[in-house]
Amino acid sequence: MPPSAVETPLIFDTGQEGRANRYLPTAPALESLLAAGALRDELPLPDNSELDVVRHFTRLSQKTFGIDTAFYPLGSCTMKYNPRINDAMANVPALRDLHPFAPDRFAQGALAVMWELERALASLFGMAAFSLNPAAGAHAELAALLIAKAYFKKNGESRRNVVIVPDTAHGTNPASAAMVGYKVLSLKSDARGRVDPDEMRKAVGPDTAVCMMTNPNTLGLFEPRIHEVSDVVHAAGGLMYYDGANANALMGNTRPGDMGFDLMHLNLHKTFTIPHGGGGAGAGPVGVAPHLVPFLPNPIVRAFDAAGTAVDASGWRESAELSFALDFDRPDAIGTMRSFWSNFAHMVRALAYTYANGADGLTTVSKLAVLNANYIRASIRDVIDVPYDEINRHEFVASAQSLKRETGVRALDLAKALLDRGYHAPTIYFPLIVAECLMIEPTETESKETLDAFIAAFRDIIATAHADPGRVLETPITTPVGRIDETRAARQPDLRWRPPAP
Amino acid sequence: MANVPAGLLYSKEHEWVKLDGEVATVGITDYAQNSLGDIVYVELPRVGATLSQATSIGVVESVKAVSDIYTPVGGEVTEINTAIEAEPAVVNRDPYADGWLFKVKLDDVGQAKELLSPEQYTQLTREAS
Amino acid sequence: MYTPHTADDIEAMLGVIGVDSLDDLVRVPDAVALRAPVEVTPQLSESEIAERFRAHAERTTAGAYTSFLGAGAYRHYIPPVVGALAMRGEFLTSYTPYQAEVSQGYLQAIYEWQTYIALLTGLDVANASVYDGATALAEGVIMAANATGRKAVLVSRAVHPNYRAVLRTYAEGLELEIDELPYAPDGRTDLASLDAQLAEQRYAAVVVQSPNVFGVIDALPAGTAERIRATKTVVIGVVAEAMSLAALATPASWGAEICVGEAQSFGNAIAYGGPHVGFIAASEAHLRRIPGRLAGKSVDSAGRTAYVLTLQAREQHIRREKATSNICTNQAHCALCATIYLAAMGKTGLRNCAALNIARTGELVRKVSALDGYAPHFDAPVFNEVAMRVPGRAADVLAQLERRHILGGLDLGRFYPELEDGILMTATELTSSADVDRLVSALSEVPVRAAVRR
Repeated sequence: MPPSAVETPLIFDTGQEGRANRYLPTAPALESLLAAGALRDELPLPDNSELDVVRHFTRLSQKTFGIDTAFYPLGSCTMKYNPRINDAMANVPALRDLHPFAPDRFAQGALAVMWELERALASLFGMAAFSLNPAAGAHAELAALLIAKAYFKKNGESRRNVVIVPDTAHGTNPASAAMVGYKVLSLKSDARGRVDPDEMRKAVGPDTAVCMMTNPNTLGLFEPRIHEVSDVVHAAGGLMYYDGANANALMGNTRPGDMGFDLMHLNLHKTFTIPHGGGGAGAGPVGVAPHLVPFLPNPIVRAFDAAGTAVDASGWRESAELSFALDFDRPDAIGTMRSFWSNFAHMVRALAYTYANGADGLTTVSKLAVLNANYIRASIRDVIDVPYDEINRHEFVASAQSLKRETGVRALDLAKALLDRGYHAPTIYFPLIVAECLMIEPTETESKETLDAFIAAFRDIIATAHADPGRVLETPITTPVGRIDETRAARQPDLRWRPPAP
Repeated sequence: MANVPAGLLYSKEHEWVKLDGEVATVGITDYAQNSLGDIVYVELPRVGATLSQATSIGVVESVKAVSDIYTPVGGEVTEINTAIEAEPAVVNRDPYADGWLFKVKLDDVGQAKELLSPEQYTQLTREAS
Repeated sequence: MYTPHTADDIEAMLGVIGVDSLDDLVRVPDAVALRAPVEVTPQLSESEIAERFRAHAERTTAGAYTSFLGAGAYRHYIPPVVGALAMRGEFLTSYTPYQAEVSQGYLQAIYEWQTYIALLTGLDVANASVYDGATALAEGVIMAANATGRKAVLVSRAVHPNYRAVLRTYAEGLELEIDELPYAPDGRTDLASLDAQLAEQRYAAVVVQSPNVFGVIDALPAGTAERIRATKTVVIGVVAEAMSLAALATPASWGAEICVGEAQSFGNAIAYGGPHVGFIAASEAHLRRIPGRLAGKSVDSAGRTAYVLTLQAREQHIRREKATSNICTNQAHCALCATIYLAAMGKTGLRNCAALNIARTGELVRKVSALDGYAPHFDAPVFNEVAMRVPGRAADVLAQLERRHILGGLDLGRFYPELEDGILMTATELTSSADVDRLVSALSEVPVRAAVRR
């Protein structure tokens, strides 16, 4: 049996007291350094040898599926290849070990990295400026809504407290709105899955604060009347916020700023290849139109030329000629979103990726992401329902609704069957408006051979579902564990190991 | 087909009500427990709390979903079913008897007239499917 | 550069889709078409990328200075085994473990992280991590506000100023009021007015950090937590230097029911402030209010032990506007680095490391205090940082130290105007005696100015 399939004991159940590794010189005893009352009674952690630690985590990695393992078409997550040069650059000691309180003059290279990336993002997405402060997409969303709230307060319009969100929106959108004390108004998408400007006209009013949208939307469809929607919201005095989750679809092609969006966020861990790392850390720059720049969270990186004049460059400018400083002294800023300035190591990664591509490269990235998604759609539409069967962007949705009626096999079962074939499943059950939904986003880093193999496996599973549904319903059978009792996990939460009672 | 017992009244939010004079016992219907799946947690209002009709006063949580509990009638909470806090599965097994959620003393008996009959509720669930 | 498509591939694929060109797939209305080409950076090959970052590194000179900086980001020895394991591709490139059957490795690692945090803080349960210490505090305060229904919080001024700033940012959105507890002459939180303030019963929580921003061990004195809880107020403990948990009495032991903080000290690079990794631990009573992800243990259909994300109904993707928080990503990879670090260091290594931190800081305090005009601002015992009073302005002394290639610490006057003669100096296991001696030698050459008037 391959080692990875065998259950790995918890790190707490292995080890022996005193089996310590010698990473540091020996210190005096704690009892000699501090009064007993200040010290803890015991520290019930295990001592494991380095070899045992290596084996433990090596085996855990072998039971984990990453982009490095196989195709990972998880819709809305943009699971593209994470280039290793990015990690190497993040590991450069001068940048990796830099302390956030180091004076600016000793951090010029790091500040140049942040400035270059920010300028690139501003041009790429049509915003006046970005703050690199937020730690993740949802965090940036919160920042954007706080900016909107501060903006309206400054203009004496605090009565505006409603956020309009299409019914296809990601769950973070209403959750973020609630964290800012905003009410949520859900807008029904039309029969073609889009936001109708006429419906928006009925929904807006004097209490409209922000309309949160993404384009292409969560169905992978481009919103062709987005500029009309923006006009309607602006006419009512509201702001337009762009959820950047789908930014991989439009680089070099169109820009949220040109669609009329006043605020936006990006997920660098989606579009800019920051490794997902099992669920984080991400990085979520927040971008704004000119009238909202003063409200961006602190700090902002300021650039100065050789004469000491502030530089407000758009377009490429060689950072080696400039000097930089962190600016915390901004009276209208919403404050700061986190302990320090940014997820800087990820800014390094994102900039390395930007260098590798340039404008032409990023334009190609988006085009090929869209090509790959349409290719899969065109290749499986005859065996599964595609509710919006038209040219999509970087992702599309399929529905197992008919399949479920005919065979009992649901989206969940298709997902598990794909695991057995060595693929990660697509996103399932999102967006909520499509029953038995599968959202497929291949990304541009996958070759035609990979897509063809996936398509073949998918078609085979569907055929099996019709011929012998039981075989699909019992999947996965080749993975280290089968389907898990999630009810038990929730009814009797076991969230940690406990030391055995003495 | 979901079970819809006679002798009870129903709400659009899939709760049932058993009237006993001024006191109403409230729970969720078989249709609701089936839609939610295995229930893992129930958050009930406090005894003595005053509820307004049709407001959200608690939560029923399953593995994959969460549903607000709306009170179909307004009044003061006189009793809650503490047994289901320890064993939420009872709500799945026996939604109309052992799986009752709370009892409320109506402040306006007339509100009961706005509730649905078993036939009206059955029709509602058919339309929802 | 990372797109594998050949011209033949593209042509074949376009044929299957039924369009003539790539441009047909990405048409947009004229109203939103690009008006001018976007400008990002030049396009570079990998060797040129490396060269460019070498130039950025050369302009980042702080590494050439002996550093006594801490204040929320700490220099600790990270054994290479941490990177060797954490950077394995499966860990690095996996997504959130929503498909648990193929993510058992990561889920078990998260379960182990949750256990470590619970054991270190002394509390019942911990989540899968949050962005950092400051946002962990904001989320902890939200938990207390939800638990009590109250909209005000009482926070010690000795809590890290950046944490308090983030709390203010979140409070603006949630309309929470923040009142402050001052610090006392000994450097601990001044609790003299606490009972009077609690009597109004309007606070959701009392928030205290230990060790606090001055490095001072600021655990609540015996009986204080009970008095706070008697007013139905939640006790929140904050830990910015997680290494202290290896040695000091646990936050649970002095009454914290929610403990929030920063675990960067465990196996994570400083990286100019991020990504770091926040933690939230709590007593059982607060379990359902904990935001973010939770990994739980269960079984599969064959009875094998299996791990799975659980209690997800609280989270944004299900609960939407009624979610406990909007938080989506955690800091999984940073938490993994921390978990591997804790596993490799073990109980013995961690206790030893904590002892080195205390010992080196003690040495720094003794040797610097021997100089005329230098003494700790506060008497109370410290962990690995000390607020050192200097003769004159801290900013001037630090400038002099920089000329001698030393980053002497944080100018406390930046955040506490009454402490503009205070430098927060930090010594860890990586601070050698030679480093301390160089600091002392450099300070002895700094001209002594008149003490700042109070």
